[in-house]
Amino acid sequence: MSAASQDVATRNGIFARAAIYAVLILFAVYYLLPLYVMLVNSLKPLDEIRHGNMLALPHEWTIAPWLSAWSTAQIGVSPTGLKPYFLNSVMMVVPAVAISTILGALNGYVLTKWRFRGDTVVFGMMLLACFIPFQIVLIPSARILGLLHLAGTVPGLVLIHAIYGLGFTTLFFRNYYEAFPTELVRAAQIDGASFFQIFRRILLPSSAPIIVVTVIWQFTNIWNDFLFGSSFSSVDSIPLTVALNNLVNSSTGVKEYNVHFAGAILAALPTLIVYIVSGRYFVRGLMAGAVKG
Amino acid sequence: MPFLEIDNLEKSYGSAKILKGVTLDIEEGGFLVLVGPSGCGKSTLLNTIAGLEPITGGEIRINGQRVNDLHPSKRDIAMVFQSYALYPNMTVAQNIGFGMEIRGVPKPERDKAIAEVSQLLQIDHLLDRKPSQLSGGQRQRVAMGRALVRKPQVFLFDEPLSNLDAKLRIDMRTEIKRLHQRMGTTIVYVTHDQIEAMTLASKIAVLKDGILQQFGTPSEIYNNPSNMFVADFMGSPAMNLIPATVAMNGKGLEVVMEREAREPIKLPLASAPAGLGAFQGKKVMFGVRPEALTDPGGADRDAKAVATADCHIEVVEPAGSDTFAVTNLGGKPVVARLRADAHIQPGSNAPLAFNLSKAVFFDPATEQRIV
Repeated sequence: MSAASQDVATRNGIFARAAIYAVLILFAVYYLLPLYVMLVNSLKPLDEIRHGNMLALPHEWTIAPWLSAWSTAQIGVSPTGLKPYFLNSVMMVVPAVAISTILGALNGYVLTKWRFRGDTVVFGMMLLACFIPFQIVLIPSARILGLLHLAGTVPGLVLIHAIYGLGFTTLFFRNYYEAFPTELVRAAQIDGASFFQIFRRILLPSSAPIIVVTVIWQFTNIWNDFLFGSSFSSVDSIPLTVALNNLVNSSTGVKEYNVHFAGAILAALPTLIVYIVSGRYFVRGLMAGAVKG
Repeated sequence: MPFLEIDNLEKSYGSAKILKGVTLDIEEGGFLVLVGPSGCGKSTLLNTIAGLEPITGGEIRINGQRVNDLHPSKRDIAMVFQSYALYPNMTVAQNIGFGMEIRGVPKPERDKAIAEVSQLLQIDHLLDRKPSQLSGGQRQRVAMGRALVRKPQVFLFDEPLSNLDAKLRIDMRTEIKRLHQRMGTTIVYVTHDQIEAMTLASKIAVLKDGILQQFGTPSEIYNNPSNMFVADFMGSPAMNLIPATVAMNGKGLEVVMEREAREPIKLPLASAPAGLGAFQGKKVMFGVRPEALTDPGGADRDAKAVATADCHIEVVEPAGSDTFAVTNLGGKPVVARLRADAHIQPGSNAPLAFNLSKAVFFDPATEQRIV
């Protein structure tokens, strides 16, 4: 009797599992479909797209749209492809991520290990920065960039992104360091280590998970940003997202969908790579500090 | 001349006063134990000596030098933390050598000092490991090694044994005592464990609510507690504090303890403290330690004043080396410590010998000792 009931249980288990997988696969297909369409169509000549089925595989495989998107497509007034703008984005993202991460780590260190009168108020105000919509700060930012003579430059964009990200990076590091044992800092103080020595020798070596989280978060946000990029850039500081928009909009008669698809994938590639390479650290880092011990 | 002096020390956080005028000192090579229940301010006191927390008032002097405003690293102290506080990213050797590295001691000298200390503590085979690869006892040793290698004027220990299991704790306690005898460096040691305090200290300071209750040698604290808190806190099982009255019989004073459904016990006091005369006819707290309340055969033969009384035994707890018997006097359970082979039955009556030369009296109103 028990064997029979076990059989039923196993069969029920298999059905449940099959149902779960079916639903999961359905959703995976649903989410991957746009990527599939982009990828397939970026590898077709334009004629095939106009006459054929969007979902069909290419009859004639070609990487010409990719080459065009990268180096020859018309963007705005010049036929440069996305290449220079890709470089602009890199020049903007790397320093902005580095600066906001380092400052966020220092803020978290001070707010948890060198507490001062009113530290919670300061932290509360920095937290508020996470909730301010981009649009609200546009005009004040434009004014300040103008005053600093940074309007329309890559350093200007770096400054805006670094400051805007500071609220988030501070929040990440503060919560992480909150769970970091204060006795270690005290031991280092007795050992004679200075403010920065403690930071560099004791805290930073234990911060890898939260650094990964912060870098991914900041990299994705800044790389994908369109609003600041379109508001505060000029001809030679346009980031990739804005250039992609210009590529799609500056068609000369015929819409080159295959080139547009290739350009969009190119623009999304760095964030995809960052996620694939360090995604598992991301989850691990978000969990760290949430559970003590 | 005292080596470490703490003079009228005060510490507040905002309006909350944590330490209310603590005055202490310890001679060079002494072992000062700060003991008290949680929240009594003992760890805060240690942190102020270390310089990890600023003080609100008073003065701290080490070897005659005022250190109030000196940075922790300039006070020539070393500290062992409750959680050991080993740097997780460094090896054992790097942990021990970190302070020297910061002070710019050249590498060969550093390595020599690390080797010496690690041999002394028998951790020389662990030098390349990370703290996460060590057991609790090994971490404890590394934490001590980090302190020892500084050769400081004063060692500070903040409940160093509280994270260890019972057996290891006793081993490490002996080890600390042995190290102290060998090095002869002054130690300040915080614990809430009164047995640790008794076994290690040359001087004990009992704290409660930021006020120093009593400061003295372990035997002074144990035998002559200055108030009911100290009497109750030190010793295990705790001292029996029995509500009683003082009366006059023909020859002298006697102490009278009420009992349930029986005539009160009256014990004549041959050598009562002078102050007790004023309490004639009044309530007092009669304090007697369990070992001063025993079976007549096991009573201290050298004691000057032993009085025997028949008591109703409610519970018997054999503990191997001793047998504890609980009776009821003055409405409170009273623990007597009998010889292990004392044959005694719960529910029966048995004579108990009160060693009155070890007895103490407290004023129930002020909780202070009557002397």
